[in-house]
Amino acid sequence: MADITGRLQEQILAARDEKRKLRIVGGGSKAFMGRQVNADDLHVGEHSGIVEYQPVELVLTARAGTLLTDIEAALAENNQMMSFEPPRFTDKATIGGTLACNQSGPGRPWTSSVRDQVLGTRVINGKGEHLRFGGQVMKNVAGYDVSRLQAGAMGTLGLITEISLKVLPRPAATATLVSELPLVDAIEVMNRRAAEPKPLTGACWLDGKLYLRLSGARSAVDATARQWQGELLEDGDRFWAELRDHTSDFFAGDEPLWRFSVNPTAANPDIKGDWLVDWGGAQRWYRGEAQLSGMEALAVQAGGQVSLFRGGDRSGEVMHRQPAPLKAVQQRLKHAFDPDAIFNPGRLYTWM
Amino acid sequence: MNQTAAPDISQSELAEKLREFIHPEYVISDEETMRPYECDGLSMYCEMPMLVVLPETVAQVQQVMRICHRHHVPVVARGAGTGLSAGAMPHAQGVVLSLAKFNKILSIDPKARSARLQPGVRNLAISEKALQYGMYYGPDPSSQIACTIGGNVAENSGGVHCLKYGLTVHNILSVEMVTVEGDRVTVGSDGLDSCGMDLLALMTGSEGLLGIITEVQVKLLPRPEKAQVVMAGFDSIQNAGDAVGGIIGEGIIPGGLEMMDGFAIAAAEDFAQAGYPREAEALLLCEVDGTAEEVQEHIEQAENLFRKYGATSVRTSQTDHERALLWKGRKSAFPAVGRISPDYYCMDGTIPRRQLAHVLIEMQRMSERYGLRVANVFHAGDGNLHPLILFDANVPGEFERTEQFGGDILKLCVEVGGCITGEHGVGVEKIRQMAVQFDDRELEQFNALKAAFDPEGILNPGKGVPTLRQCQEYRALERQPQNQSEPNKVEA
Repeated sequence: MADITGRLQEQILAARDEKRKLRIVGGGSKAFMGRQVNADDLHVGEHSGIVEYQPVELVLTARAGTLLTDIEAALAENNQMMSFEPPRFTDKATIGGTLACNQSGPGRPWTSSVRDQVLGTRVINGKGEHLRFGGQVMKNVAGYDVSRLQAGAMGTLGLITEISLKVLPRPAATATLVSELPLVDAIEVMNRRAAEPKPLTGACWLDGKLYLRLSGARSAVDATARQWQGELLEDGDRFWAELRDHTSDFFAGDEPLWRFSVNPTAANPDIKGDWLVDWGGAQRWYRGEAQLSGMEALAVQAGGQVSLFRGGDRSGEVMHRQPAPLKAVQQRLKHAFDPDAIFNPGRLYTWM
Repeated sequence: MNQTAAPDISQSELAEKLREFIHPEYVISDEETMRPYECDGLSMYCEMPMLVVLPETVAQVQQVMRICHRHHVPVVARGAGTGLSAGAMPHAQGVVLSLAKFNKILSIDPKARSARLQPGVRNLAISEKALQYGMYYGPDPSSQIACTIGGNVAENSGGVHCLKYGLTVHNILSVEMVTVEGDRVTVGSDGLDSCGMDLLALMTGSEGLLGIITEVQVKLLPRPEKAQVVMAGFDSIQNAGDAVGGIIGEGIIPGGLEMMDGFAIAAAEDFAQAGYPREAEALLLCEVDGTAEEVQEHIEQAENLFRKYGATSVRTSQTDHERALLWKGRKSAFPAVGRISPDYYCMDGTIPRRQLAHVLIEMQRMSERYGLRVANVFHAGDGNLHPLILFDANVPGEFERTEQFGGDILKLCVEVGGCITGEHGVGVEKIRQMAVQFDDRELEQFNALKAAFDPEGILNPGKGVPTLRQCQEYRALERQPQNQSEPNKVEA
């Protein structure tokens, strides 16, 4: 629980002088994501602590190295939560890593993402300058949205040191309905349910079963659970937590894990293997050996993109390839924030 | 950095080149026809452009960009021109690129709950078209009857339902844009996120400084089963502010939560006869939406809470007609104020809600010092203030005083932890205040970011982010001794 901004700036400036590269490390829970980086570790985990939390404002500000579990505990005392349900691949997951890797849980289509809820950030750029973007208010259109730009950049644009988030009340009630359904029908039902004005906050298909989560006012959850088909799942919270943290059996083992972010109504890609469909159809997980180029074609067919999320060859590209004009813009953006290319070289793409 | 090189082409040469591939009537170069383009919704800021061009296809937009890029001609993209920060004010040596011809809803996918739109589609037209599927588009800026989705993306527009349903950035899936070099690219996809840094978020709210939006894919939401409004009058701003905190503390996120001060209440009531309590010092409108059960539960909670926080009157809409009437007063607050003053100037600061009473009291003091009346409407749920400063442009010097008063309000917003613009954008209007909210290194970073998209600075130059030289000038002006006739300034 300390502010080590000064030390972090010194380390960055030293690396710049000595022409060294830095790999940003928070809690290390998402070290498996992105490409391999050959660089010296820059540890941010110690830069932690909740800086400000005003429950009535629905805003919390924390240093980047703050553990998700610490933030969740502080919020729970006021019956609030990070509505985007950030995954904890280990209990060392931090808020900084969550934003840098753009990680949000099963409620994402309905209860927002980390990128949606970030209001402001402080960032050290490649020149060692500590900059502030956005703020602690929900509406703020002064200057470019550099805070949200960080989502998914995996630290390639600088070191996030502080994050302000919009937080929300915890729902008064939650229920999970489960029914046996083939994948094709499940995708149909998920989308149909999502078009109804009901308190849906989760829709996942796994092992021949469709899971629907309802959250909100007690009366609304109960009434919808009675109207919709499916059996009430006992211990539903555990199912969604395991899905969020990738501790369900589906995610076990070393087989490559591919993530498709696609049109929720798209027909599932026609390749044999294990699939898990989440986010009401918009996020689909596949286990198996495959070539990125082949997977990209399937993702494009389904209206989206693919990445090699975990395992497999992490020395080649692991992210969906970018069209030339966007590649050029991202390279120039990288240069604008990190002119000496100090941060996380090659973590996102071979060319950045 | 970002200083535009002077165009190396004359008006007639450029017009001739553009008429080679755009219908000659849509390349406007005569003063009379260009006149309506001289300003946007902030009509105090005017400039005549070199040319106005209204392309009809994306290929034409690309070609316009290639030519302007080659000849260093500034390009100002324009939607419906309803913006309130002079973001679409022309550049004297530049082209106004109107997207008015791009007004088609390309497709609606009710299953995937999304719609593909050309940038000139009006905000309200989306919800009207989606109604047949029981859906609507979330963000509803006050100008929604006229403003376009392309402009909404450029400004990251909000509206009265942001606290629950978010801003434009939360409600779009992808944009197609034409880069300064004339390349056509899609940012985002049909999915909820894309690999790598979030360029879609960066484009949103970038005020036409990074690219030209040529298509937008938005999310659609199912229309709530039910919505009801509770109206509560209070005899003090403090009590009303506390009641807002009380609602949120209770775990209710209202669909809309609006506050008006005594001045605005009286003006709105005279105008709309909505049944507002004229004697109240503050009025809250709290809309709860959701399933029938949820609305009933939350409405009861809200009514009780408002009474607990000292509401002097509480009324809940029983029919959709009554709900519309209660909103009518709020929605007509601007024209209502317009009726009692020759001119008014709408500000757009955001503050942490707990600072509301302090900010309103300070604003009252400034109002007395400047001798200008101010009415307040407030998106209370998300802390977005819209003070309306009443003035008369025909009185010499009164607009200048109004601008100073407005500048002081924005400084106060920053001082209490807020920001200079919640939803109207920086444009030309608030470019000075950017130096209040950001330091030189931050502004330099913004300018470097801009250069990554537009190295020569031809996209909407002079808007959004000041150059460091401009900042030095602004700060030097601030330090000059006050003119005797001018009031004291609140230093940030």
